[in-house]
Amino acid sequence: MTELSGLFDDFIVRAGLAGLAVALAAGPLGCFVIWRRMAYFGDALSHSALLGIALGTLLRVPVQAAVVASGLAMAGFLTAFARQKRLGSDALLGIFSHAALSFGLIALSFLGAVRIDLHALLFGDILAVDAGDLVQVWVGCAVVLAVLAFLWRPLLAATVHRDLAQAEGVPVARVEAAFMVLVALTIALAVKIVGVMLITALLIIPAAAARGLSRTPEQMAAVAALIGLLSVGCGLGASLTWDLPAGPAIVATAALIFSATMVIRTTGKA
Amino acid sequence: MTGGGAGILQAVGVTVRRSGRVILDAVDLDVSRGEIVTIVGPNGAGKTTLVRVLVGLDQPDSGRVERESGLRIGYVPQRFQTEALLPLTVRRLMTLGHGKRAAADDAAIRAALTETGVPHLLEAATQTLSGGETQRVLLARALLRQPDILILDEPAQGVDFRGQLDLYDLIARLRSRHGMSVLMISHDLHVVMAATDRVVCLHHHVCCIGHPEAVAQDPAYQRLFGREAAGHVALYTHDHHHVHGPDGQVQPRLVSCGHDHSGHTHHHGAHHHEAHHHGAVHDCALPSHDAHFPPPPESLAGENRHD
Repeated sequence: MTELSGLFDDFIVRAGLAGLAVALAAGPLGCFVIWRRMAYFGDALSHSALLGIALGTLLRVPVQAAVVASGLAMAGFLTAFARQKRLGSDALLGIFSHAALSFGLIALSFLGAVRIDLHALLFGDILAVDAGDLVQVWVGCAVVLAVLAFLWRPLLAATVHRDLAQAEGVPVARVEAAFMVLVALTIALAVKIVGVMLITALLIIPAAAARGLSRTPEQMAAVAALIGLLSVGCGLGASLTWDLPAGPAIVATAALIFSATMVIRTTGKA
Repeated sequence: MTGGGAGILQAVGVTVRRSGRVILDAVDLDVSRGEIVTIVGPNGAGKTTLVRVLVGLDQPDSGRVERESGLRIGYVPQRFQTEALLPLTVRRLMTLGHGKRAAADDAAIRAALTETGVPHLLEAATQTLSGGETQRVLLARALLRQPDILILDEPAQGVDFRGQLDLYDLIARLRSRHGMSVLMISHDLHVVMAATDRVVCLHHHVCCIGHPEAVAQDPAYQRLFGREAAGHVALYTHDHHHVHGPDGQVQPRLVSCGHDHSGHTHHHGAHHHEAHHHGAVHDCALPSHDAHFPPPPESLAGENRHD
């Protein structure tokens, strides 16, 4: 028992456990993000997290809740504006994403450099995860995975063909709204791990890497989670060994795994 | 408006407006059990909007849709493309969203795919399917639901000319075998003619409704579509006599909207129609032969443009 609690005292173990939880949730969720072509949508949501952190700190609201709220507000804005059809979705996402980043940075500047470590917000501070963070991340990720499992069938049907699913009685609008909440929640959980600039990478790179190794949607979700775990493990190891920044090391590892699967896929199918 | 009895699916005075434009203007339509109804009309006529309202995907601004209680609809959408990053086999697509009941029944999946002529595609990735294969797989998927009515939005889109004829043959055969109704959209009247019981000409409002043979031989139709179009209809009728039988004696009455269509056969532009829409003379603006109904030899090349 003392050994176990001693284990949790080790910052690198806490970092690893937090990273593994986020990777487990981000893999399957990220599959839907790329199947639904929402990579840049995820980017916009995670950039809005910065604004959420600033507002949460200013208003003395729990920061995680503020991040989820800002993510959902961003998702709502984007959905509403997409209906206007005056701007293409790429322009729309570019505007919102960078506007959120700028307003977030401005809001943070009001807090003063002393109170906020900007570098940690942008690129993560996984090595500073404490026991409270760890509990929060594991509970949050477990909830995300459970809800995703519950939504799996209708969400997949709506992803393959929205109209067809709706015609066949899938409550598409509600399922999609629930999916948005899951993405916003995952982003809030992952800010501490990889920072707002790299969260989308954790969602989409393991999922994209899993594509070449999978024959069914479920396989792809499982493989994405495994690749995420591997990326966190190896990334943290590399970070310790060569004194690399931890968040970027995790994402870089995922990217290397992705490249490897591309090679396997092309040579395997020749 | 129709031949015989209460329809299983009806549109009553359906009106749809989109940003100030009237897309559908008090459209009445009904489909009887076992009947094949084809909606024809030029691009932008509101065909897809009408189908979406009937399926329940869009709500009309006024008017209503009446469905027989417990009506099962097998819907085949206009476009179907699977994202390249989503690993999805035909087998999986067949059971997607169908709940546990259908998911378990492998034999039913094979039977449905066999019926539509594509049993070999069971394990194929959906991304690799051609336009015609996709339509057949989606048809099989709709059949799995044991529908009372199949609703198909341009089933022949992205299918080559020969494939279109085969596809309409298949739809007619499925109707004979299962006794379900079929409602489909086409903009190639002459191709679909042999496989349909009733044609609804739509251009924002219902221009006319009738049996295709009756329509083809009616002077009102020839004014509408031009004489050459009637000639091509006859050609395809000859080609496909095995589908609709040799009789042609009892021909249901052509129900026309009573508007004066004469002299308007070449006014098929949507904008032109808008200008006249609320005038005394309704220009139905159906596609004339030269614009939308290319003669067969050229059309063999022309129809492939979707591929």
